[in-house]
Amino acid sequence: MNTIVPEHSPESPELIPSDHPLYPITVFCQSKLLLRQEIPASDEEFQDLIIKQYIQEIPGIEETITGHVCKRCGNQSRHWLGKIPQGPIQAVYCRKCIEMGRVSTFEPLYRWTGPEMPSPKVENPCQWDGSLTKFQEAASEKIKVAMADREQLLVWAVCGAGKTEMLFEGLTDAITRGDRICLATPRADVVRELVPRFREAFPDVAISALYGGSEEKREGAQLVISTTHQLLRFEAAFDVMIIDEVDAFPYHADKSLFFASERARRTSSSLIYLTATPRKGLKWKARLQWVPVVFVPARYHGHPLPIPRFVSTFRFAKLLSKNKLPKTIQAWIQEKHRQKRRFLLFVPTIEMAENLSKMRGIECVDAADPDRINKIENYRRGEMNALITTTILERGVTFPSIDVAVIDAGHNVFDEAALVQIAGRAGRNAADPDGDVVFFHQGLTKGMKGARKMITMMNRLARRK
Amino acid sequence: MYCLWCHEEMIPEITWGNVFRFFAEPPPLCADCQEKLPLIEGSVCPGCSRPSEKENLCPDCLKWRSHPNLSGVLKRNVSVYSYSPFMKEVMAKWKYRGDYELVHMFKNSIQKRYKEKLQKQELTAVPIPLSEARQKERGFNQAEAIAGLLNLPQTPALTRIKNEKQAKKSRAERLKSPNPFQISQTVQSPVLLIDDLYTTGATLHWAAFILKSNGTPEVYSFTLIRS
Repeated sequence: MNTIVPEHSPESPELIPSDHPLYPITVFCQSKLLLRQEIPASDEEFQDLIIKQYIQEIPGIEETITGHVCKRCGNQSRHWLGKIPQGPIQAVYCRKCIEMGRVSTFEPLYRWTGPEMPSPKVENPCQWDGSLTKFQEAASEKIKVAMADREQLLVWAVCGAGKTEMLFEGLTDAITRGDRICLATPRADVVRELVPRFREAFPDVAISALYGGSEEKREGAQLVISTTHQLLRFEAAFDVMIIDEVDAFPYHADKSLFFASERARRTSSSLIYLTATPRKGLKWKARLQWVPVVFVPARYHGHPLPIPRFVSTFRFAKLLSKNKLPKTIQAWIQEKHRQKRRFLLFVPTIEMAENLSKMRGIECVDAADPDRINKIENYRRGEMNALITTTILERGVTFPSIDVAVIDAGHNVFDEAALVQIAGRAGRNAADPDGDVVFFHQGLTKGMKGARKMITMMNRLARRK
Repeated sequence: MYCLWCHEEMIPEITWGNVFRFFAEPPPLCADCQEKLPLIEGSVCPGCSRPSEKENLCPDCLKWRSHPNLSGVLKRNVSVYSYSPFMKEVMAKWKYRGDYELVHMFKNSIQKRYKEKLQKQELTAVPIPLSEARQKERGFNQAEAIAGLLNLPQTPALTRIKNEKQAKKSRAERLKSPNPFQISQTVQSPVLLIDDLYTTGATLHWAAFILKSNGTPEVYSFTLIRS
């Protein structure tokens, strides 16, 4: 995959004053790759911009020796490329990023090559006055240095470590420097959760929220909080790129999202990964010291992470088909009811969630449930004491003091990362830091053992320092 | 092979029926997606293909029969699918997003339905045209795409009268000539009009009317969806 290098030099861009008639379109188009219909200009205005060489046309799909490659999302697999008749011949178009408008051999992309807007600067932007733990402080310092030196950094912080707060110090510096910053995450719900927190911490900074259907888009904002999908429109735009939850679906499985986040940052820019559960590739890079790492092994309240217990429940499928639950699970649920503890039950499939829900009379949520946002909100407010869920609640959501059980923890969907994240739902509250985490299984798997190992490792690191 | 809609990988089952047919075209959709397409089955209205319990003309068709100008201009409509939320999603991606390849989702069902209901006549296919602006915006005409799947001679007999002209007319003038089509090529043999949707049937009736008044002996219509 050959990345596109902009032809104008980033060192001395010509700047456009904010009262210039072309200022709005500059702000809109700068550092982006757009389709004709996305650019807010009439045909005459557009022609004029082309003649002035303010806008440069680049092919949407490029032909290579082995086939075609989409210049917007980098896709080159054959089943994601389609053909559409264009007069007497067939044009090739990309089916992968078609939700953002069609790119084809006849529908080119446009890049802004005209003058740029001056970089926005805000003095003393940070209004946050909380305090950091010693682990957070150490990580915060490293993040600040990495941002200033335009380097990479992996922040490996346990669930509930307070990752967002660790960014504030570095961001404050970056904002005063006039950097353009992007915080990207694979999940739209995380974007929606983060935006108000950043607005509160940085009230004078222009912040744009980008996700499908967002109504808080602000062109030319200094801080962009975005889903990784939306980065497909950007090119060489950011001095600081932060990717939150790098290991979450679909980022780790979708090459085009990695392609997009790489292209969206400038050649000399800082790249910060935030995660509690890095996947194999990133872990190895960290181990080989290709990417520097900083650990945040303790939660913000300083208590160790709850370590999962393994409880074996054999003949599980057979019992379930007779509409019965294994005794061990029944006992666990009854005990929680008796102790008046609130809990989450994770199950591997939607069918099982619905089945169990009927059997025990407990509400369930899954990705296909149209009412899920409501149900989760009700649970958060404490109107329900228990909830059955699939892996959709594995990350990003915080409920103050709950216990967690995973049923059939050996199932494929529960890999190491998922199990660590699930275990991380318990004991989030400083007043009640010890949650009970149980994996009901039919034989230990690598994922389960790996998850327990990762959690004990973090607890050990936290004790040592 | 990958499913055309959900992109799941499909592993074809090898049976005695297909083991020697090396070059047979694999199905475009996985079994799950295929099942979700709402194929019209069972008894339908003989006039417009709307699913109904009895094989009588539906109220809509009876209304058309009593229309002063358009009565009887369209002999029969044949449709393949009914409308459902899934179908709506597919149409949005196909038409509005412009994912042209999705037309192959319907290929087998379209060809089968055509064979069952219409193949006896010698027909010329006439796709319902788009306005110039729409055509430019989408880059293709969905009716032409459907017509391309049928093994028929195709004639672009109709064009749309430009909207600006329509807008300049007074209401009275418009009522006098509400036909959005004009003829660009006469067809003297039976015609099969092709479109993606039959909702009220107004579009197809007006198209049939103008063809008939220009010498076409019989007009049928074929649509992907009867909603």
